Amino acid sequence: MSTSSRPLLEVRNLRVEFNTRRGTLTAIDDVSFEIAPGEVLGLVGESGAGKSITGTAIIGLLEPPGRVAGGEIHLDGQRIDTLPAEQMRRIRGRQIGAIFQDPLTSLNPLYTIGRQITETIQTHLPMNARQARERAVALLKEVGIPAAERRIDHYPHQFSGGMRQRVVIALALCANPRLIIADEPTTALDVSIQAQIIQLLKKLCRDHGTAVMLVTHDMGVIAETADRVAVMYAGRLAEIGPVQEVIHHPKHPYSVGLMGSIPAIGQEVERLPQIEGSMPRLDAIPRGCAYNPRCPDVFERCRTQRPNLMPAGATRAACWLHARDGEASPGNRAEDSAHA
Amino acid sequence: MIAFVIRRLLQGVLVMLVVGFIAFSLFNFVGDPVSLMLPPEATQADRQAMRENLGLDRPFYVQFATFIGNAVQGNFGISLRLGRPVSALLVERMPATLELAFVAASLALLVGIPLGVYTGLNRNAWLSRFFLAASLIGVSLPTFLIGIFLILIFAVWLGWLPSFGRGDTMMVGGWSTGFLSTSGLRALILPSITLGLFQLTLIMRLVRSEMLEVLRTDYIKFARARGLTNRAVNFGHALKNTLVPVITITGLQLGAIIAFAIITETVFQWPGMGLLFIQAVQFADIPVMAAYLCLIGFIFVVINLVVDMLYYFVDPRLRIDGTAAGGH
Repeated sequence: MSTSSRPLLEVRNLRVEFNTRRGTLTAIDDVSFEIAPGEVLGLVGESGAGKSITGTAIIGLLEPPGRVAGGEIHLDGQRIDTLPAEQMRRIRGRQIGAIFQDPLTSLNPLYTIGRQITETIQTHLPMNARQARERAVALLKEVGIPAAERRIDHYPHQFSGGMRQRVVIALALCANPRLIIADEPTTALDVSIQAQIIQLLKKLCRDHGTAVMLVTHDMGVIAETADRVAVMYAGRLAEIGPVQEVIHHPKHPYSVGLMGSIPAIGQEVERLPQIEGSMPRLDAIPRGCAYNPRCPDVFERCRTQRPNLMPAGATRAACWLHARDGEASPGNRAEDSAHA
Repeated sequence: MIAFVIRRLLQGVLVMLVVGFIAFSLFNFVGDPVSLMLPPEATQADRQAMRENLGLDRPFYVQFATFIGNAVQGNFGISLRLGRPVSALLVERMPATLELAFVAASLALLVGIPLGVYTGLNRNAWLSRFFLAASLIGVSLPTFLIGIFLILIFAVWLGWLPSFGRGDTMMVGGWSTGFLSTSGLRALILPSITLGLFQLTLIMRLVRSEMLEVLRTDYIKFARARGLTNRAVNFGHALKNTLVPVITITGLQLGAIIAFAIITETVFQWPGMGLLFIQAVQFADIPVMAAYLCLIGFIFVVINLVVDMLYYFVDPRLRIDGTAAGGH
């Protein structure tokens, strides 16, 4: 944490569970992080690591049987995970905007984009129809839609994928939220468009002072955009720290493996290194460190005791390799809940 | 849009020609009208005279052309049973059937859509489960059985409502209506429930499953993530997206309601076209059967055309793609 001011978003020991017929699955387990005002936090990890669920939990849109089973989420000092549905609704869009993965399916096909934008503006801001429309046109111009005055009355299917993602960004920004949760905002787009959209998102958030939680598995996007990065594995945080540190000097063996598998230009390799094995299923997360069966540096303690985040160089990593010799770091608790 | 309508109109004409051909075939394949019309003691000369009189001795295609030509002008000949022009009979009976179908369809829509929305939104509420279970009855019980049960309960046991007929009707510009008298309205209740119940449950189950489908889509999640009110999300965004399939099914079902009012009209002795048709079948009254067949075919064609045009109003994607405009 670089800034001294109060964090905008504070997630403490978040735990998300899914009750299924075969028992309770823990999708997010004891995840804590903070986002400062205006900061971009990248959230990376393999598919199924719990990145999107973290985002969904923050905006309070987990679908049953998923539920926040523990921990706290604070927005600007206010606890939001226990708010009544109606108050949480007012926060969504107004305080926390969201951008989803697929712009082709994020917009209602039966309404013009103008209607969808003005509807959102008027839900959150005290504006009449004309003011809302003016604001919508201004937003569309800002996200780079050419001929916005005319295009505002067009339907989503009349826009290309990249243009639609611009509209989605305009929708997320339309009530000037303080935080945007962008869930894989470029994954569904052409490679040639991805950079444009990321640049746009970055610029807009800088202009508006909006903080971003950028969920992605694209390390290139993270390197280019994020201030800090959090690496998730099997619903837990493996490492969190400044982006350059995590990319160039990863401390957790999983981060090391993840960064090692990124191809570098100008580097001749026969095959890219890969991490052996696969992420455990939610109903079979191993005791101790969740990564221990795949970890090249595993030792006895990793199999029995679960590591919490601990300082490791310039980052913080949940790995016993970085425990100070001999002593169990304060706050580290033995894994007492038996995992099947 | 215009090109589309013209294309659909031409298709409709083709369908009507085929229906007309089938109706025409009735004359040749369902018994011999001459032997039905003449007394048993008629001579061979009488038969021949009648055959020539009816034009039945002429070649098949001439007869067909004549039939189509007359049909287009609304002339389907004389009812063998009642001795009156078939078109007059149908026009006389049509208001009864259309009013019944209108009330039944309104009932199905006005009750079916809200129930479908409710059960879709409150998937796990016990009331939803109850409606869903109850709707199975509507889907699985045959119409005549429902009609008979309703008569037994409300007409025989409780004595609240009449068990047959239209009650008092009034003539409004050549249209006999049962809407304007208490007894006419009371007489509508049981038959319209009987006729509309199946469609009601069908529409309810359709809207429910479409709602469940739409509520899972990304744009609904995104609408919620933008903080739109539940009301705006459920009714503004979700419900409208369920309408295309609902319009399709409702349109087809409206045709079915009119066509299959036969059973309900029989159970309630409702003086409509269906009852006329059943009586015509019993008597092998071929002109009436043929005319009824053509009329029902015509109603289906018109409804399908209207349904196709409604899509244009609901779904902007069709509007743009169909007129080859846009250019984006």
